[in-house]
Formats: sequence, structure tokens, C-alpha cells
Amino acid sequence: MARSYITCDGNEAAAYTAYRTNEVIAIYPITPSSPMGEFSDEWAAKGIPNIWGTVPQVVEMQSEGGAAGAVHGSLQAGALTTTFTSSQGLLLMIPNMFKIAGELTSTVFHIAARTVATHALSIFGDHSDVMACRSTGWAMLFSNDPQEVMDLALIAQAATLEARVPFLHVFDGFRTSHEIRKIEQLTEEDMRAMIDNELVRAHRERALNPDRPFIRGTAQNPDAFFQSRERINPFYLATPGIVEKAMNKFARIVGREYHLFDYVGAPDAEYVIVMMGSGCGTAEETVQALLEKGEKVGLVKVRLYRPFSREHLIKALPATVKAIAVLDRTKEPGALGEPLYEDVVTALGEAMMEGTLPFARVPRVIGGRYGLSSKEFTPAMVKAVYDELAKDKPKNHFTVGIIDDVTHTSLEVDPNFSTESPDVVRAVFWGLGADGTVGANKNSIKIIGEETPNWAQGYFVYDSKKSGAVTVSHLRFGHRPILGSYLIQRANFVACHQFHFLERYNVLEMAEEGATFLLNSPYGPEEVWHHLPRSVQQQIIDKRLRFYVINAYDVAKRVGLGVRINTIMQTCFFAISGVLPREEAVAKIKEAIRKTYGRRGEAVVQQNFAAVDAALDNLFEVKVPAQVTSTFDRPPVVPDHAPEFIKRVTAELMAGRGDLLPVSAFPVDGTYPSGTAAWEKRNIALEVPVWEPDICIQCGKCVYICPHSVIRAKVYDKSLLASAPATFKATPAKWRELSDKMYTIQVAVEDCTGCQLCVEVCPAKDKSDSSRKALNMHPQIPLREQERTNWEFFLSLPDVPKHDSLRFNNIKNVQLLRPLFEFSGACSGCGETPYVRLLTQLFGDRLYIANATGCSSIYGGNLPTTPYTTDSEGRGPAWSNSLFEDNAEFGLGMRLAINRQNAYARQLLQELRPLIADDELVDGLLNADQSDEAGIQAQRERVAKLKQKLTGGTEPKVRDLLAVADMLVRKSVWIVGGDGWAYDIDYGGLDHVIASGEDVNILILDTEVYSNTGGQASKATPMGAVARFAAGGKPTAKKDLGMMAMHYANVYVAQVAMGANELQTLKAFLEAEAYPGPSIIIAYSHCIAHGIDMSKGHIQQKLAVDTGYWPLYRYNPLLAAQGENPFQLDSSGPTIPLKEYTSKEGRYRILMQSNPEAAERLLQEAQESIQQRWRYYRMLAGKGSEGTT
Amino acid sequence: MDLSTTYMGMNLRNPLVASSSPLSHKVDTICKLEEAGIGAVVMYSLFEEQITLESQQLDYFLTHGTESYAEALSYFPDLGEYNVGPDEYLNLIRKAKEKVNIPIIGSLNGVSAGGWVKYARMIQEAGADALELNVYYLPTDPHLPGTDVEQMMVDVVKAVRQEVNIPLAVKMAPFFSSIPNMAKRLAEAGANALVLFNRFYQPDIDIENLEVTPHLVLSDSDELRLPLRWTAILYGRVPVDLAITTGVHTYQDVLKGLMAGAKVTMMASELLQNGMERIGQILDEVRAWMEEYEYSSVQQMIGSVSQKNVKEPAAFERANYMKVLDSYPRLV
Repeated sequence: MARSYITCDGNEAAAYTAYRTNEVIAIYPITPSSPMGEFSDEWAAKGIPNIWGTVPQVVEMQSEGGAAGAVHGSLQAGALTTTFTSSQGLLLMIPNMFKIAGELTSTVFHIAARTVATHALSIFGDHSDVMACRSTGWAMLFSNDPQEVMDLALIAQAATLEARVPFLHVFDGFRTSHEIRKIEQLTEEDMRAMIDNELVRAHRERALNPDRPFIRGTAQNPDAFFQSRERINPFYLATPGIVEKAMNKFARIVGREYHLFDYVGAPDAEYVIVMMGSGCGTAEETVQALLEKGEKVGLVKVRLYRPFSREHLIKALPATVKAIAVLDRTKEPGALGEPLYEDVVTALGEAMMEGTLPFARVPRVIGGRYGLSSKEFTPAMVKAVYDELAKDKPKNHFTVGIIDDVTHTSLEVDPNFSTESPDVVRAVFWGLGADGTVGANKNSIKIIGEETPNWAQGYFVYDSKKSGAVTVSHLRFGHRPILGSYLIQRANFVACHQFHFLERYNVLEMAEEGATFLLNSPYGPEEVWHHLPRSVQQQIIDKRLRFYVINAYDVAKRVGLGVRINTIMQTCFFAISGVLPREEAVAKIKEAIRKTYGRRGEAVVQQNFAAVDAALDNLFEVKVPAQVTSTFDRPPVVPDHAPEFIKRVTAELMAGRGDLLPVSAFPVDGTYPSGTAAWEKRNIALEVPVWEPDICIQCGKCVYICPHSVIRAKVYDKSLLASAPATFKATPAKWRELSDKMYTIQVAVEDCTGCQLCVEVCPAKDKSDSSRKALNMHPQIPLREQERTNWEFFLSLPDVPKHDSLRFNNIKNVQLLRPLFEFSGACSGCGETPYVRLLTQLFGDRLYIANATGCSSIYGGNLPTTPYTTDSEGRGPAWSNSLFEDNAEFGLGMRLAINRQNAYARQLLQELRPLIADDELVDGLLNADQSDEAGIQAQRERVAKLKQKLTGGTEPKVRDLLAVADMLVRKSVWIVGGDGWAYDIDYGGLDHVIASGEDVNILILDTEVYSNTGGQASKATPMGAVARFAAGGKPTAKKDLGMMAMHYANVYVAQVAMGANELQTLKAFLEAEAYPGPSIIIAYSHCIAHGIDMSKGHIQQKLAVDTGYWPLYRYNPLLAAQGENPFQLDSSGPTIPLKEYTSKEGRYRILMQSNPEAAERLLQEAQESIQQRWRYYRMLAGKGSEGTT
Repeated sequence: MDLSTTYMGMNLRNPLVASSSPLSHKVDTICKLEEAGIGAVVMYSLFEEQITLESQQLDYFLTHGTESYAEALSYFPDLGEYNVGPDEYLNLIRKAKEKVNIPIIGSLNGVSAGGWVKYARMIQEAGADALELNVYYLPTDPHLPGTDVEQMMVDVVKAVRQEVNIPLAVKMAPFFSSIPNMAKRLAEAGANALVLFNRFYQPDIDIENLEVTPHLVLSDSDELRLPLRWTAILYGRVPVDLAITTGVHTYQDVLKGLMAGAKVTMMASELLQNGMERIGQILDEVRAWMEEYEYSSVQQMIGSVSQKNVKEPAAFERANYMKVLDSYPRLV
């Protein structure tokens, strides 16, 4: 069977081979390896067989530790088994990896290598995870691009079966796992030819089997263990030879050659780089360019890193080598050098000591670090390394790609050095996630890569924000294979799909002279020039750019595509880039549309066809004037009055110039200031809510539901309005207690995401025109300046003190509490963040948050900014993220630390009573009633007084008391995370923590999937919903975590849905916090992964409750102590069929549309289980078993 | 006792037809309708807007929030094929035709002539014995004259007629200045039958929330009067078969419909409310009545009390209105 050329990324390439050469696949989501599991799950759901004709069983586990355990078991029972993972996931597999290797078990784990979290988490790529596995005894084979990934995945599978040593097949996270390339697809015949079935049978022979029993996995003693460990040596000694054999066999079958160490460069090279991973392509491209200039340079690409073959390395090096630079994509603080460097030095050193080094002279070896967390690695950096090697005294243990002004490790890089080839189309596209730019570019790569003889590459840079996310696509097309894996630095085509980007980013920085510039502009070819910032005009003139405009939003609107301008901009790209003849391009785009959208129905196909045709009619070239005419330019990122750190560091990160910040700019331990999101005015909403005071009933629902804390309410003295801006709105406050005050609702229009939840939830309508509410959406731009001023004035108004006479036990009053969580980058209309905001409103000034990794840790703490902020006293949430798998324990640790310090403070108070000489103060501090805000405030005042008395004291105990005095004020510890964390990966920890009896509060933001990694099923996923890893619809019911927790009897448990019952949610938060033991709140959080209209999230919450799918309840052990039933049902049971709820969510609907029989069966079962559960809950609530309707 | 009738050239074992309703969503229930004795089944309607909307919604769900954030480039697995077009509907017709012997009448709902008329052909190709075309247009534009609306409807019928050669019924609304003229034009455009009348779901108002709410009310026998009158008037005046489809709940309703001139009487609300066993009961009652009054076939009674065949044709006209008012003197 002939091989075909396809375009795919590294993940798909790895999964393609792994799926077809295995029988059992245990998976768990983690970025960037999740797509490998997702592909496998989808293929299994479609019944695609492996090369033996059976469909692999794909099973999702509760953690990577669980996946490794399942893999281990499956291997021991004789199935060919694999898994995919990255970073922390791989670390969780290490215990099993030692076992699997120790038992000489054939398997390949495919690893999208990713940074291990240290001072910070990073989802991006480097080798720190795989390097942490060096001692496990696994072979490690590195692939450098998607083609190699597909090939070496097969070579690894073939080799492990013979060697019996398990393999990590490694490729760089994102740069390879997510880079799309045109590759030659292996056939199943290739795989069958490579995999020796005799070896497969031998693998089964070695497996456990009661028909020929033995035991494995014994416990051993000093007499046996050591020798047993040495018994495996022959297998490791043989492995390089086996891999080499497999590579040679592959070359015979497929034609592509690989070696354990591949050398490219001058045969008589003097300076050689040794490295592995995606940087090799860039290094090779640079070597080729330098060779053309006559330089004697070379590159060794390490493929088999473990077992490390000294002989093969030395053989790969040219005899003429004078100096070697070993580049490691990892960092091992405190080591003599990074791992590959140490291996190379050891290899050469041993050979030298043995006298077998075949070089004219002993080469100098230096080591360097590059590319941590996907830091760019460019040809200029490669050149810098060669330049360093040529020096008399080259720097050892250097870094390249950063500016290290602290320990001065970095090499100087010439920014003008480039190896980009003029015959390659280099196109860069600036877009928004929502406008479909990336999808269109992936389509273009497919068209060019699969429909023409051209080679293609695509890489996409995404935002760390989930709303208003900026994407930058880098596409290369050429007649020769593309080597380099680095971002385009000199583009001959630049497209800007969002006009306002011109005022935020240096969009044309990478445009080379004579490049083409395509702009989506609301202004036509005649008037657009005058709307461009000065610097953009200057760049267009200086670089002599060909400039085109199209009003893509107008075209999209006309053909019914809304804000999806992807097809329109793609058509324009083809029309003016010249990659393909225009007619041919249009025909191919339409074919691609039919392929992409055909299965979604004819209507969508026709709309996109219309978009293609309309695009060509609306694309215009702009006659570029000779002079710069604009009087405005890009404004500063943050205002001048921003704090120094914000201006120096945060603003640079915001502007996309973080790569240029030197080492010294960064904190030493990952500590960052709170309150930084407020400086990041993103202006992403096209429309924002506008308040109508005459209609407003001041209920506070809008403030309560706002996911981004952009709509706020204040009550204040009328006199303060004297200095209000002219357009500032106010109306008399409708509070009995505050009857002489004024009330204002103010929107932070520059921070609003335009989600419309506030407008949807607003109950107040104009009595004469029901279409007009107290909040209505209006275009943002005309309001921006005016509302910026109003917002600043609003902030200057005082907040109502928490210890005021108002009781914050109703929604109306809570709206007046200042949120200490604002302007997060969560999805527009997020269902989680309103709960987090409420948490900070109620307890933010004494709040500890242990945050599990996931959406909430990303919108909570992803640089450049954090939404957690401080109140007027400077107090605010103390927030940290440890890991995904330990968050409950992490939070418990915080509680224990607070308890101990509190106890020590109390002890010191007693001991220092004579010195303090104020018994009333000491007794007050020791016996304070802090059950309400007034009591807490009184204690704060006592602590302040104590500190005043003690300040200046030099006695150690006085200083100790000063250090822990704050702990005398009641603290609130909240353990926050999603369902993936609570139901799955840390369920054991959560269970242990609630069993501890300690006073911690757990907030589970239940989106019913792993939202942050793309919606994989968790044990919270409901029956019948489609999710990733549950492509056929989840066949089992959601775990009833609340009921499980209740069985401890001393745990406060509440199930809430803010959109269904605001007050019940508020009560649950207040009760949970007040309960002096463990509390759990399970909060329904609608999510973008549900496939819903996010502006109707609260309506879905209500439907979830009304159908009985999500009963509201509170279980308060304190009631039991008072002789009452602790379990209170707060919702009225199933009053409408489940279908009313499920039919409005994409996650259920797509199963109805793809497999109606299964959908109907699962929904029927789900409906029955709702009725059953309701009867059970009613009995628990003491209401008898009836009551369903 | 011969209950059989003909409708658009099709032979039906009796004049009771299940009109378009959720009862035809599944093959099982269609089979049960046949077992219960129904003469023919009109399928639920294939809506042009629904097909378009489902396609757009699916596309929205599959693309919303995708390709924005590095960790979550999409949120749903690729499930391959999706039934967003007419496939599910056409498959149902195919399966129904395999299972039952009674005529299956496809139903297509649309607004204006356009690409969607191709679905008519697909329904024919799927094996439907006939097609019922449900054309509705709710004009809200004061500038749009009634003649244009009428022409639009005639054009749709013509367009569909060109697509199919199976019998074509048109389910029409009662809101025309001259129903007989409209009926004539529809017949000339190619309709073989007129189904009287389309019943609109009228929205309600939620006075507390100031919102419009959808409100579905099932019909009752009182609603029979409107189609009954127009059937009686049209019978014998336009060269088409007539069907009554609103307010048929009892055997008396069936008999009245036939006497007014309908070839068939269609029911849905009665079956939804009281179950399919009502079919057998009504047919038994019709039979018993016919025996009592010595009718040998339903053919005898079709059109027997139509306007053409009554002594006082004016009874179906304006004078009748006067009479009704007179009969309620206390209200005047």
C-alpha cells in the first residue's frame, strides 16, 4: 500500500503509531499530551482496529499514577499496553516505571516533554520531566519533529519488544506535539513489517497466567536484591544494538534513516553541538547556512539518550572536532552540569582515560541551557553557541536565549542573524481565539500540504487568557522540507485579523521589506490610512509593504457567520499571497469547507461558500501614501502612576516583550504582588452593559452573577457626588437602613468581557417597553473614555465596612461588599468565577486559598497578572497553588500552620502578660468572640494595639509574638479546585482531609469535566454527556460526592447552584465558613465545555435544579447537635423532565445527533436515576419517599 | 360496512388519518397506529428552519471557545457523522414504509420557494406515498400586501410540484380574504388536496416577567366548526380532495367532516390526550352510527351536507353568523 502525505502534529503522529501497535491504552489528561489520549479514545469509539484487527481498549484513569498502575497490570497480564503523558503526570508514573523496568517489561510511553513545576507551573516544553526519570532504567528515544515522532514511535515499539527494556519515546511539548507538518504517513503494512509477532508472543509468554503460575514482584532482602539488580545488565548493554537494528530495518522498509546519534555538518567540522529534541531542526538549518559560508561546524542529534552508548557517540563525532557544546533543555540546580553535558563529558573522559579517544586532540566540552519552558531557540542562538565555541576561553555552563544579568551565564545573540530562506512563504497571522483564525490556518496547511507538492509547517502561539485570547499563527510553505522549529522572525506575509491589535501590539515588527500586509479593517481602502497609529504607518512606508484591507466583520455579518471571519480571511490570504493560483485556491478552499463543515449540515457549508465569494469581492489594495500622517500612536501599556514593578516587569509581559526582560527583573522565588489584573485594561468587549438607574430595583443580582467582577454597586453619602464626573450616574439608595444615601452601579467597561449574564439575569424592565431593562448592552468604544473616568471616580468612593450595621446575609447587601477577585482571564461568562468572587467578598480579608491546578489556578495565577487583590486596608486573599494531586492536603497544611502559630501566639500572650501590662487587652485577645465580622474587627483592633505596645521590643519572645500576632485573628482556609481534582486525582486526599475534622472549607467548582485541559470526562461527568475520553457518551452516573462526605456525619456539605438559588448559595458559604470543622460546597459551574450559550448559564443552572438533576441541599452537623435533621433539601424536586435541560446543551445534543439510540437509552437511565435519588434524598430530609412529579 | 375512502388517489381503509404530531417520531408508534386501525399517517413535519438552525447550532457548539487557549484547543471529541440534515427523517419514512401497509404521508414545512424544496424530492425518494406541504408565512411588514403573500404560497406549491410526482396536499391557513379563490389557485399550482386548517401555536404573555411565552393548547371539538364550514363551501367547487384536521375528537366530528365534504378527517390532539385506543373506539362508533342510520359506505355521506348539497346554502354564509347571535339573546 502506497504511503500518503498528511499534515498532522506530533501528538497525532505518536497516537497514530501507538494506537495501532497496542491493545490497552490507559490515559489521563495533561497538557500537552492530552490529544494523544483523545485521539485514541475517538478512534476506539469509532471501532478503528490496531494492526492485529482488534480495537484497543482505552481506559481513563483517576490520575497518571493510576494510569501507570493500570499499564503495569495490563503488561503483567500480557497485553501490549501504552500511555501518554507529560510533566507532573510523568512524575506520578515514576514509582511504577521503576517496577516496569525492573521486571524487564516491553512497553513504550509517549511523552510530550513539558516543564516540571518549580517556582511556577508551566505548560510549555522542556526536558525537565524526562530527565527526572533517568534513574528508572527506561530507555529514552528522542524525536525532533512530527515525522520523526511517527517513525520513532514505531522503532521504539519494535525495539522494546526485543530488548525487554521499556522505552520513553520523547518529543518536545508544544513545539513538536502541537506543530503541524506535512509528513509521510506510515502504513499498517509498515507497522506489521516492523513488529515481530514472535516477540509479541514472547511478551505474552512472560505474562502472569494461572495455567502456568509464578510470582513476580517479591520483597527481597540484602542477600538477594543487589545481585538481582545487576542481573539486568546484559539487557541494557544489548539495547543500543537492538535499537540500531530496528532503525536499520525501518530504513529498509520505509526509506528514512535514523541512527543512535545522527551527525550533520562538515565532515571536517571543528565545532560541534550535541543536543536532542526540536531544537535540532533549527540547529541543522543553521549548520546548513554556516556551511555555505565555509564554516566548519556540525551537529550531533542524540536519538537514543538511554541507554547511553559512548561508542556510538564518539563514532558520530568528526575526528577533527576541537570543541563541543552540549545543549540541555533542562536545569538541574546544584549539579556540576546538566544531564546530557555530564553524559558527554563522562563518555569522552572515559574514552580518554582508556586511551580510545579517536580525535587528534581532546576536544573541549562546554555545556549550556536553552529553551526552558518553550523559550524560543533560534538560528541566531545556534550561531551564538558556535561563536562561543570558537573563542579561546568559551563560557561553560552558559545559557542562551535569555539575558542573565545576575550570574552572567548568557551568550550574546546577534538579533540580525537569520537563516530564513527567500523561497519559503513565511506568513504570520494575528487573530482572536473567537474569530477562528487558527482553525482557518490549520485548514490552509491541510490544503497546501495535502493538495499540493509543497511542504508545510504551522505553529500557533496562544494566550494565557481564556477570554479575548490573542493567537499568533506562524505558517511556512516551501518547495523543500522545512527544518527549523522556531517562530517566524521575518515574515513575507503578515495578516492582522483584529484592527484594534494595531494599538496594542507591534504587529508589523516581523514583516520583512516588501512583505504583504492584510488587515481586517472597519475602514475602507480610502480612509483606513488615517486610522492607523503613526508607528504602523511608518513601518508600512519604511518596509514598502503591499497593503490590503477587507471589512471581514461586515462580510461575515452579511453571510450570517457572526464574528467568525476565518473563511473570509483565509480566502484573502490565498488571493494575495500567491501560494496557489487564485481559481485553484478558491476551489480547494471550498472543497476543504465541504470536508470540514459538511458533517455539520448544508446550511453551514453554504454560509461559508458565500463567505468565500464575498471575501474576494471585498478585498482591496490600499494605495500607501508617502508620508506618515497620524497624530496618535500605541499608548503606554500601563499608566505612569502604576507601581514600579508593574511598569518594569508586568507591563512588559503584558506587551509581549517578556523575552527581553533580564534575569534580574524576576523575583527569586516565584512571589508576585496581588492586584495586578486591574492594570491590564484589555478592552475585549464589543458591547458592555449600561445601567438605567430609573428602572433599577437595586436587587444586586447583576453584581452577584458577574464572572469578572466588572459590575459593582456602592452606597455612599450624597455629598461625595460633588466631585463626580458629569456622566456619573446615581440614584437614591433603596435600603431602609441607608435611606439618606445614594446608590450607583458602575461597570468597568475596559475589563468587561461582554458576557451579558448581568443583562440576562436583570429582573427589572421598563414598564412601558419590556425590551428595556435596568441593564442593556451598548457598544463599548463610544463609552470607553467616559466610563474610564466614571470607574476611577467610583473606586474613590468608600466601601461599606464589613462590620457595619448591615448584615451580609442577603444578595442585596452582599452586592456592596468589595470583591477581592477581579478581572480574571476566565472564559467570558464563566460559571466558576462568581463563586470565587463571592468567597473573596465574604471572607477575602482573612482568606487563605489552596488552589488545585486547573482553570481556577490559571485564571487565578497565570502571569502576567493575578485577579486576587486587596481591600482599602491592604488585606486580601493569600493564594497559592501546589499541585493538581495534593491540593486538599496542601490546604490542610495551611490550616495546621495557622493553628500552631495561633497556639504559639496565645502561649506567648500568657508568658508576656506582665510585660504587656494590659490584662484587659490580653484577656480580650485570648477570649475574643470572632463569630461575626464585628468580633473579628474588634480582634483586629486588639492585635493592632498589641503590636503598638510591643513594637521596638528586642526580647526574642516579644519579636516572636509580633511575628505571629496576626494569627490571633480568625483565618478562613479554603481549598478550591475543580471536579477533576476533587472527584478524581485528589479524591483520596480530600477524603483524608475531611476525615481530619480540621476547620477547612472545600469549594468544588464542578464543571463536570476537566475544563482546563479541554473537557475530558471526570467522575463528575453526568451520564449521557459527551466529553473527551467519553466520546460515546458517559455510560455511568456522576459520583454523588456530597452524599459520600455526609456519611462522615461531622462534615458540613452543601450542593449549590448560584443561577438557580442565589440565597441558598450565600447561606451555604456562610454556614460552611462558620462550621468549626471540615466543610464541602459542591458548586454547579456551567462551562464552555458544556456546549451552551454562556449568556444563559444561569438558566441552565435553574433547569438543572428544576429537573432534579442538581438538587440543592445543605447538611449541617450543627443541626444534628441541636436535635434537628441535619439534612435540608433546598429545591423542590423534579418538576420538569430531564430532557428540558439536556436538550439545551451541546454535550448531550451531539450524542443525540450522532448516536440517537445510545443517547435516548442513557437519558432514560439518567431520568430514572434522578427519580430514585430524589426519593432517597426526601427520605433523608424526613419528607417521606414521595414527592416526585 | 364499507368505511374505505380515497384520498388523493390513495385507497384508505377508513377516513381516519393521524395528522402530523409527535406520534410519528418513532417507527414503533407508527406501527401501533396501524394496529389501532388508522387509515393513514401524516408524518411529523420536517422544518426548513430547524434543519438550518440545527446545523448552525452544532457548528457553534463544536467551534465555540476552540483554538483560543493552549490547553484546551477544543472541547468535544470528533464523533464523525451528525444527523443534522433530513437523514433521520428520511430514514424514519423508509423504515415506516417497510413495516406498515397503510399510506405514509410525508410532511414538509417551509416559508418560501428556495433550495429546501429539494427535501420534497428526498421524501418522495424515501418512499412516502404522498406529501403534505405546510406553508405558513406570518406577515409583520405593513408594506407587504396580501396578494404577495398569496403569490409566495402559490410559487412554493408550484416549485414543490415540479420536484415530486406523488400526490401533494397543501395544509393551508384560514387567513385569506378569499379562501375559495386561494384554494383554486393552489389546485391550479398542483395541489391534489387541501388540508383545512393549519393550527398555529399562539404565544402567550407572562404578565409578571413581561415576557412572551410559547403556549401549546390541544384542540377541542369546538374548533371543528371553522374547517367544517370551509370544507362545506369548497366541496365540489375546487378540483381537489379535502381533509379536515382541526377539532376532530369524536365519531360525530368524523361524520360531520365527511358530510361537509372531507375525504378524510385527521386527528392528533385526541390521540395525544386519550391514547391510540380512541381510533378503534371512534371507528366502532362510526360503524354503529352508520348501521343505525343505514349507511352502507362512507362514500355515501361525503359532501352530503356540503354547501352545494344543502337546501339552504346561505346557512354556511354570513346569515349563519346572524343566527348564532340570535340564539344567544341573553348576551346581546
